[in-house]
Amino acid sequence: MLKYKPFIFRLLETDRGSKYFVAILLALMVLVPVCNLAVPESSAFHMPVYGVTLIGKYLTYALLAISLDLVWGYLGILSLGHGAFFGLGGYAMGMYLMRQIGDRGVYGHPVLPDFMVFLDYKELPWFWYGFDQFWFAALMVVLVPGLLAFVFGWLAFRSRVTGVYLSIITQALTYALMLAFFRNNFGFGGNNGLTDFKDILGFDLRSDGTRIALFVCSALAVMLGYFACRFIVQSRLGSLVMAIRDSEGRVRALGYRDEYYKLFVFVVAAMLAGVAGALYVPQVGIINPGEFSPINSIEMVIWVAMGGRGTLYGAALGAVVVNFAKTYFTAVAPEVWLFILGGLFVGVTLFLPRGIVGAIQKIRGMLGASRNTGLPGMAAKK
Amino acid sequence: MSNPNVTEYPAIHVPDKSILYLDGVSVSFDGFKAINNLSLYINKNELRCIIGPNGAGKTTMMDIITGKTRPDEGRVIFGDMTDLTSISEAEIANLGIGRKFQKPTVFENHTVYDNLKLALEGHRKVFENLFFRLSGQDDERINNVLETVALQEYVRRDAGELSHGQKQWLEIGMLLVQNPKLLLVDEPVAGMTRQETEHTSELLTRLAERHSVVVVEHDMEFVRSLATRVTVLHQGSVLAEGSMESIQSNPKVVEVYLGE
Repeated sequence: MLKYKPFIFRLLETDRGSKYFVAILLALMVLVPVCNLAVPESSAFHMPVYGVTLIGKYLTYALLAISLDLVWGYLGILSLGHGAFFGLGGYAMGMYLMRQIGDRGVYGHPVLPDFMVFLDYKELPWFWYGFDQFWFAALMVVLVPGLLAFVFGWLAFRSRVTGVYLSIITQALTYALMLAFFRNNFGFGGNNGLTDFKDILGFDLRSDGTRIALFVCSALAVMLGYFACRFIVQSRLGSLVMAIRDSEGRVRALGYRDEYYKLFVFVVAAMLAGVAGALYVPQVGIINPGEFSPINSIEMVIWVAMGGRGTLYGAALGAVVVNFAKTYFTAVAPEVWLFILGGLFVGVTLFLPRGIVGAIQKIRGMLGASRNTGLPGMAAKK
Repeated sequence: MSNPNVTEYPAIHVPDKSILYLDGVSVSFDGFKAINNLSLYINKNELRCIIGPNGAGKTTMMDIITGKTRPDEGRVIFGDMTDLTSISEAEIANLGIGRKFQKPTVFENHTVYDNLKLALEGHRKVFENLFFRLSGQDDERINNVLETVALQEYVRRDAGELSHGQKQWLEIGMLLVQNPKLLLVDEPVAGMTRQETEHTSELLTRLAERHSVVVVEHDMEFVRSLATRVTVLHQGSVLAEGSMESIQSNPKVVEVYLGE
């Protein structure tokens, strides 16, 4: 019986959006490396390495957007500080990459990264211990954002902070982190951040092979992250989370501790954002406190709104579309980009309240396609 | 039983058959005494109606029982000497107190079936819900309740698409699968047609066979049809208690309420 098939098969059988999404990811995973390696450079189909890395970067944004959608679309918390978790994951990876440089830095110090030598550090701060090990850094990539989300969520959800107040304190959270990381004596390289990375796991970060591998890892991470989120939202826990979004008092009256459910989803989303940050850093080659700036977190919200919140794949789509536009416009007409971004947000709010995905569903509906393509829980969004 | 907090109070005779006992409960909001030294008890498997003019404290009383509002004074004893004033809303619900809100409160973006599935008794922990699978027994139970509240045809509909009366029934259905010992039902027939009201009256009478039910209602016709013990609240305390006939002939009640 259908009921006992593994989750992923059931998902791909019943949900058209998921099917397309996974197919596109798989195609990218194969086509992009092939177009780079097997197609000759003279061909129009050749994908240069910077293109591979660019798409890889978009994919990390896609994962970030999916994790934000889990919080905003399903839990109903408009987080304006999601970049904090992305940044922390990025810094954890950056610290590992810094330690990988070893004595190849400008100052040639065997242990201390360049900025520490420059700032007269005598020895490695305690919180840099362990980051010469990849496994340790990988653990911190999920643990640090997860822990921050846990503590923050514990305090906020238990005191029943909701709505716009919660949004404001998430914004304050990322702003506070930005200020802290900007300080030179905080131990993370101040406003220059961490950069000049050489290699990862012994592979040269500048080599084409490493870049393609990072790209494939990013695509895989998006897929696994997507499945994880989909599993959560389709479980009874996911139903409850949406119920909390719609009618918190009712859930409480049924005997559920709503704050624990919120906490679970918030922590999972923070961990996924951390993974996205960790994959982002080796591909762009730098992490600095700018990643914590509130404007970044607000941009993420625009990606999700643009793609269609409460669908997961819509968020990923929105992240790619907006960032593609950003790459294009900041090259062609950098001074108008922010106006375009603002215009996009106003436009989407006014004309596409359910984003691109919602618009596609509406068109399909008008064309008489089966009505049941919408995702659970968002059909009757006001 | 060995709760030290309880023994500090003067011994009051609580009948063995009581399930809920409010003892000298008071609460005020900004100086306004919403509940004023209210004492009353509800028996096991009793169907009790609470009436009273607007502002008499009916909904506040329910808020206190369910832990949504904390009283300034007094205690609320449930079943075996548990004081509800010191535990959380979720704990109170899990002890076996279910509530139907005044404004029908169902999960509008969930299907009727999912609404009942979420209300199902047990399975309140986070991680077990991540891997929860509905058993055949539970499915059967949900279907039985669907039949009881006459919503079989609407199983796959979103609850938001239901009529006002149907939402009220769905909420009662959710209480049924939650299987509480005590049901607090706030204005169950508000906005219902006469036919729907009759059905609800039957439903509640049937419920009282196995549960204790407290109904707050404005609709006198409906209260009369339940033919049960009635408590009149006025300015936050009990004004009168007894059968509907005795209440109607009570001059105090007539003055504050029925006479209007």
